[in-house]
Amino acid sequence: MSNLTAWERMELVHHKNRPTVNDYIPAMFTRFMEFHGDRLFGDDAAIIGGIGYLSDTPVTVLAQVKGRNLDENRKTNFAMPHPEGYRKAMRLAKQAEKFHRPVICLVDTPGAYCGIEAEERGQGEAIARSLYEFMTLRTPVISIILGEGGSGGALAMAVCDELAMLENALYSVISPRGAASILWKDSSKERDACEILKITAEDLMRFKVCDKIIKEPEGGAHNSPEQTADSIYEYLVDAVSRLRKTEIDTLLERRYAKFRKIGMFIE
Amino acid sequence: MASIEDLFKVVKSRFTADDNHRSDASESDINIPQDLLFKCPRCGGVVYNVEFVRAMKVCPKCNYHARLTWQERLELTADPDSFVEFDTEMRSLNPIGFPKYEEKVAKMQEQCETNEAIVTGECTIRGYRCVLGIMDSHFMMASMGSVVGEKITRAFEYATEKGLPVIMFTSSGGARMQEGIISLMQMAKTSGAVKRHSDAGGLYIAVMTDPTTGGVTASFASLGDIIIAEPKVLIGFAGRRVIQDTIRQRLPDDFQSAEFQQDCGFVDMIVERGMMRKRLSNILKLHGFPKETR
Repeated sequence: MSNLTAWERMELVHHKNRPTVNDYIPAMFTRFMEFHGDRLFGDDAAIIGGIGYLSDTPVTVLAQVKGRNLDENRKTNFAMPHPEGYRKAMRLAKQAEKFHRPVICLVDTPGAYCGIEAEERGQGEAIARSLYEFMTLRTPVISIILGEGGSGGALAMAVCDELAMLENALYSVISPRGAASILWKDSSKERDACEILKITAEDLMRFKVCDKIIKEPEGGAHNSPEQTADSIYEYLVDAVSRLRKTEIDTLLERRYAKFRKIGMFIE
Repeated sequence: MASIEDLFKVVKSRFTADDNHRSDASESDINIPQDLLFKCPRCGGVVYNVEFVRAMKVCPKCNYHARLTWQERLELTADPDSFVEFDTEMRSLNPIGFPKYEEKVAKMQEQCETNEAIVTGECTIRGYRCVLGIMDSHFMMASMGSVVGEKITRAFEYATEKGLPVIMFTSSGGARMQEGIISLMQMAKTSGAVKRHSDAGGLYIAVMTDPTTGGVTASFASLGDIIIAEPKVLIGFAGRRVIQDTIRQRLPDDFQSAEFQQDCGFVDMIVERGMMRKRLSNILKLHGFPKETR
């Protein structure tokens, strides 16, 4: 495991050639077909949803989409979902439950979008409802944080049986910039906040939030998207087959317990 | 009739004794107006503090329902002497070694006379038994860390086991940044506990008070079977300043108010403070819970 600081990892995660779900999905799933819309308001391009095969197992894939350039990012809103994105994800997760397909969530977002329309359409409710529904979804759920795991916007797709993170991925309750501006009224101290917040995959293994670290190629995922996709694929095939063997009620007990026991207090 | 009786009891006896203890720290010799007057943060109107307190801390000019301490809320809500508190000794650790976090919590504990930003327990409201949670925004903006998350989860688990309804008075700035990722996980933990309570047929009423925002809005606060809000309070996900910075324009004044949320479809009803006890007990009654006589 490389000894990079959180800040150095953040630079890797923001690297312009960092692979996105548009690289990973074709590399890992065969015959993937995308499904659109939340059936309530619209379709949010910040989250791709659909079905395909993982090896020979049909799975439902939900993925947050970062663009590679400004045009793509404009379309996908820099991977910051609106409420309809989360509601689409929930709809497809319920569909997966009905047809006994495992759900694979690929998380990569700076956070849920903050704007007037997002508030009007209930960003808070959409995230809350996701946590609520995923907790008892009667099919295996695996989440992988590929780059940025931005707060509630990431958590809405990370209530799962197993959480894996790419080696350099980060997962945080608040963006380091946001934390710096609150703590020191100075967002340029982002770098200090980055270290204080304990947001690397290794930190999260210690807190038992993350269950598995997936190694990246030397120097970061952008050096070999193929190799990174292979490592994720290998993990997924193993995890899906393990979780599918587990009786569903046992799985749900464990999922509840996974989150239930997180907290540090004395009494 | 009971509603009138409720109103007057509140007006006469509650809030009077211990109201100013929180401003002691900032008190100086010539600081008279602060204690004497209340300036409404919503309409800017100024009224005599006694008058404001007598009105249950509701601004007489614009009807803004101001923030209460947990003691004030408890007195307004539960039947006298019916409240049995849970988890009074639970104390937060410092999971990410955040600078001066323990000191901050200890100071708040002393100031707010409670171990954390939420007080939970069991009580009756006009004779109807329920599990009650009251968040106090004076305690680190009632942000949710390990203890808040654990107390809420236990309250729901207890209610599930006993078949009791849950009433949560929410107010919060969101997840508690000082506990890092652990605080984010409390959103999933509390939402999971609400789900189990709901799946077991339990009734959950969320009462959103000033301010209900961030990770609390994005978890248990938005998951009530019935969601009530107090008039004019702030309810939202993202902070107003964050949104203004993103879109680079001024937001309308009523943005993220209780009334705005009701118009958008996220609040069932807005209930005045003086009517809250009656409204809550009526809902409990309608759901078939028995009235206890003492």
